[in-house]
Amino acid sequence: MANEKRKNLTPVQQEYHLFEKERETKRPLFKNCVRAFLVGGLICVIGQAVSYFYMYFFDFTEQTVGNPTVATMVFISMILTGIGVYDRIAQFAGAGSAVPVTGFGNAVISAAIEHRTEGFVLGVGANMFKLAGSVILFGTFAAFVVALVKTILIQWGGLG
Amino acid sequence: MMSMFFWAFVVGGIICTIGQMMFDVFKLTPGHTLSTLVVIGAILDGFGLYEPLIDFAGAGATIPITSFGNSLVHGALQEAEKHGIIGVLTGMFEVTSSGISAAIIFGFIGALLFKPKG
Repeated sequence: MANEKRKNLTPVQQEYHLFEKERETKRPLFKNCVRAFLVGGLICVIGQAVSYFYMYFFDFTEQTVGNPTVATMVFISMILTGIGVYDRIAQFAGAGSAVPVTGFGNAVISAAIEHRTEGFVLGVGANMFKLAGSVILFGTFAAFVVALVKTILIQWGGLG
Repeated sequence: MMSMFFWAFVVGGIICTIGQMMFDVFKLTPGHTLSTLVVIGAILDGFGLYEPLIDFAGAGATIPITSFGNSLVHGALQEAEKHGIIGVLTGMFEVTSSGISAAIIFGFIGALLFKPKG
């Protein structure tokens, strides 16, 4: 992708590209990955604890417990986003806090809070899914294609 | 039970590390990374690989955003079994509804309760 883009650049632009590449701060890949692993793992452990809570005190099974767990994690993420703690965690953990569903919740909630000054209909309502919308769009479309292909294969291809 | 916590930690951590690699190595934005992970989750469930992962790692597989793709496919397939091809469309959000409705409801409550900082 990068090479294709560079073809259309003038020589000066290409030179600048190299100049920029040399001076770009190297990202500490290993450190970032360790942090993402630890924080991401920790969030999942908390999720596991919440799952056990729902399995013991309500009648959820191991297969259905994902739903209330996800809702609870989004709730926790609302509190942490509101008091401004989640941003700090995100700065430390990178993908460790973005990839779990709490990161999805954080994207929705922080957009909602941020646009509150523009009013509830045009601000909060219109901007809530500004960041998270792409996840829903591509998730839904991919799921549609996958489910469609599989259903067609099962019904007419005799698979399964 | 302790082993479940351990595997949740390891599997969840690995998925987050993959996300971090996509940030740092492929220089993707968080939006691109999360969208890609959701698509991967949907495809994995298409091959029937995500369900065993949930059995194995519990919340380690249900908490990362990949499970969103998984549950979308799951709902669609469940409904497709009952109603045929049209079920793919009607069942899509059957299982996932909690994540999205929680995000909408708590997002709105959050906007009511908290004021933007800075």
